[in-house]
Amino acid sequence: MSATTIPNRPRLRGIRWRPVSNFFSGLTGLATFTILALLGIILSTILVNGLPGLSFRFISTIPKRDFFEPGSAAVLPMIVGTTIRVFVMTLFVIPVGVVTAIYLTEYAASNSLYTRVIRAAVNNLAGVPSIVFGLFGLGFFINFIGLGFDSLTHQAGPQLGQPCLLWASMTLAVMTLPVVIVATEESLKSIHPGLREASLALGATKLQTIVRVVLPNALPGIFTGGILAISRAAGEVAPILFTGVAYYMRDLPKSPTDQFMDLGYHIYVLSTQSPNIDQTKPVLYATVLVLLLLTFSLNAIGIVVRARLRGASRSSH
Amino acid sequence: MTHGQNSSRRTAGWAGIHRGHRARVGERLAEIGIFTVSFSAIALIFLIFLFVGREAWPILIQSDSVNSAAVQNVIPSGDLPKLSREQIRAYLGIDAAQLARMDSETIRDLMLVREEAFASLPQSLQMDPDARRNTVRWPLMIPPHQWAGYSRPEFIWQPIGEIHKYNIVPLLVGSLKTTLIGLAFAVPFALGAAIYVSQIARPRLREWLKPGVELLSGIPSVVMGSFALIVMATVMQQLFGYETRLNAFVAGIALGLAVIPLVFSIAEDALTSVPRSFTQAALALGASEWQAAWQIVLPAALPGVFAGVVLGFGRAVGETMIVLLVCSASVMSWSIFDSARSITTTIAAEMAEAVTGSHHYRVLFLLGTILFAVTFVTNLLGDIFIHRLKGRLEGKR
Repeated sequence: MSATTIPNRPRLRGIRWRPVSNFFSGLTGLATFTILALLGIILSTILVNGLPGLSFRFISTIPKRDFFEPGSAAVLPMIVGTTIRVFVMTLFVIPVGVVTAIYLTEYAASNSLYTRVIRAAVNNLAGVPSIVFGLFGLGFFINFIGLGFDSLTHQAGPQLGQPCLLWASMTLAVMTLPVVIVATEESLKSIHPGLREASLALGATKLQTIVRVVLPNALPGIFTGGILAISRAAGEVAPILFTGVAYYMRDLPKSPTDQFMDLGYHIYVLSTQSPNIDQTKPVLYATVLVLLLLTFSLNAIGIVVRARLRGASRSSH
Repeated sequence: MTHGQNSSRRTAGWAGIHRGHRARVGERLAEIGIFTVSFSAIALIFLIFLFVGREAWPILIQSDSVNSAAVQNVIPSGDLPKLSREQIRAYLGIDAAQLARMDSETIRDLMLVREEAFASLPQSLQMDPDARRNTVRWPLMIPPHQWAGYSRPEFIWQPIGEIHKYNIVPLLVGSLKTTLIGLAFAVPFALGAAIYVSQIARPRLREWLKPGVELLSGIPSVVMGSFALIVMATVMQQLFGYETRLNAFVAGIALGLAVIPLVFSIAEDALTSVPRSFTQAALALGASEWQAAWQIVLPAALPGVFAGVVLGFGRAVGETMIVLLVCSASVMSWSIFDSARSITTTIAAEMAEAVTGSHHYRVLFLLGTILFAVTFVTNLLGDIFIHRLKGRLEGKR
């Protein structure tokens, strides 16, 4: 242990041996590597136990009701449900997040009271517990907007006043708004002011400058924000518990007002509702592996696309 | 400092350029539109407070419209002529407009239904004084109460059953217990790792360690909870030899693992933002790297480290799926090896069976409001600490 933690830069090696300092330095190193070891144990346990259960059939069939049995378990509807809900979410969160970031960096005076309040609100929104977003989705989207809309249109049964894909996605959009705002703001700030000045000097208006010069250059950052939001939202279960997730559905969701099955929620169901947990374990591990692969591959796509976009915008200058 | 000046000059420049152009209608409209959208984050915070609070409002103001007593007061239907309209309205729990639409026959029928409902209740419940109490009153929700059949006053959360017991103290204790265990585990590790990564590790190693630790935050909480339930609970029971396999201790450790990346990130940022010259000066005076880190850099970055701990607390209090998976029995106990039920778990587990608008539903939203208020305060504190750190490092204080 100590070999890795004693700083072996030459200027320090000559100094006398200090047991107390080295002990504490070693302790901090130990903490770091313990965290990494725990992470490694978690990931490898999931990988080792999950891989045998993974098959083409597992990810491409709609299961019958007894999805606890290794023979009949499958996760296609959950993959579809999770994927759709995060993509619908991006339709709401990216425009709002990007426009807010544009306001903050391009229009607002940087130290006005209003911008400080926005920033405080964004920080606060980022720390609201996910279950509170679930309650908000239920109280606001379903009971207020949904039921209100239904009573306006005089529907026979509830159409929008019930949990569904649309409300789950919008709840997640509220939750991930800070992620998109912060990422976009950072990329807008990193654009050289000279670009804006050049555009304005050539006679472009402020709006033209933002749309044609600033935004194309900020695209990698916006994309990163979207990916971060997706990978955060993909694994969240608490916000969708009351806003759209279903324990079981025979078909894939067909419209935004359908309920859906979800990978994260399915993991919860498999862990707690199984009649025979030992028999269900392989299915559980395989499902966890699918969720992790989904979030990690989304992240990987994000990194690759971001690098491409960055390369493209660099070579075009 | 210089950055702030730059950006304010830039915005001033923008304004000047804008004024120089002929103000176009489209430009102006776009600006108004962008301004309106930028309000969304603020609006959302208000809306969350409003709509979570709205459902809990009747309980917060202790309104009579919510009555969770198992046995409602019964007035014989023969007494109808003696009652005022206001008494009838209050008795039937309807509003004035509804009452205006009813004739006396309907009212009598409704009163008969109440009488029959009372008659059909078991004898024991009819005699139980607790059954007539409205259990969503503060005196029953916060201090302990001696329920019929109990030998002493106790804190009990038991919403299902004939008498709905809504004492929220066991849930607060449950949340606090799991959170504190989580922080007791997470803070030393996260802080140690932050010191190591920012001060002691060589740069090349640092580039690998930082994303490595942060990778932990990529594990969804439902996965962490499920891992704790299936693997950690068994391993830890064998290690420590306690009785209940699923308890607050396991949940706390799993929570700690989930919180480590957050505390680490904030603390590491704070430590890294301390100017390198501090360390160099200390080293030049003969301090070891550890002494420089512990006695010079850490005190300078202390507000940022506090911010990490406070935000970690907020995150752990609000975490739902881990505690939901690992332990959920609502036992009032301070022992870390007993089960615990947190606020978040209760909301998640019981909302599905609570009827919209019922007292149970409203109490769950009350819990949500409490949770929101707690995290609002922790977020604010975190913000203040981070600002203090910035001010300190820029020499403003």
